[in-house]
Amino acid sequence: MKAKIYLTYKEGILDPEGNVVKRALNAIGFNSVEKVQFGKYIEMTFSNVTREEAKKLTDEACRKLLANPNTQSYHFEVVE
Amino acid sequence: MRAAVIVFPGSNCDHDAYHVIKKRLGVHVDFVWHTEKDLSRYTAIILPGGFSYGDYLRAGAIARFSPVMDAVIDSAKKGKSIIGICNGFQILVESGLLPGALITNRNLKFLSRDVMIRVENNESVFTSKYTKGAVLRLPIAHKQGNFFASPDTVKKMEDQNQIVFTYHPEDDKGNPNGSLKSIAGIMNEQGNILGMMPHPERASESILGSSDGLKIFESMLGIS
Repeated sequence: MKAKIYLTYKEGILDPEGNVVKRALNAIGFNSVEKVQFGKYIEMTFSNVTREEAKKLTDEACRKLLANPNTQSYHFEVVE
Repeated sequence: MRAAVIVFPGSNCDHDAYHVIKKRLGVHVDFVWHTEKDLSRYTAIILPGGFSYGDYLRAGAIARFSPVMDAVIDSAKKGKSIIGICNGFQILVESGLLPGALITNRNLKFLSRDVMIRVENNESVFTSKYTKGAVLRLPIAHKQGNFFASPDTVKKMEDQNQIVFTYHPEDDKGNPNGSLKSIAGIMNEQGNILGMMPHPERASESILGSSDGLKIFESMLGIS
């Protein structure tokens, strides 16, 4: 069982990396790119848990450690 | 009077802080390893700068779960003076002892240079030896020092005089990292916990180019 976790900045948080890359993309011709947002991708592998348990644990891990609630939002999927 | 400098794996300004407190001020100070669970014999606590746990995940995010942090939180509740400098500030916001968050600098760069900061609140236990509006020269050395908080939080901090230091001048030239409201240092509502990105321990004797930071340690340690 594996959780695939995506962390992104919340709306309104300055994302300097995203802004710089957006400008670079526009500069080399990708004119229709309106916004670039950077984030983090984390994979967490479980042993001996059900899918429901894995979801619960992942959510708890995100809230306690993986995401900063002041600046980041998260979503995840659990796969076999 | 007895001060503790907490040492996390990756702290690297611990000796600077220790030196200032012991040699410059003659106060008893101990290094305290992050696994310690009892800080009851200390009256002041310093969370030094550095790169605890390699800044993995987010700066300060892992150190906040160190065993010693329960004792730091307990000391905070008892009203002891606690200062977090640079990485120490990042640990304090991650632990929720101070509001807001410290995100990557606006220009994405690690900044290592002197800055000027202004004393916005001189009525705290950390700044009582400065005049309001005094401008200090202190070094910064960080990549995640860009202070952010929600508008509600910032309003509350302003109302309660929790913004202690701002970068000066407050324009693009003075504000090195993009911090909201040019914030360089804040304290909690109770006023016994200070977090700041600039390094007063590296500017506490004239041979280092500035001794503007020394009064912070004198104030918090009650040296007249």
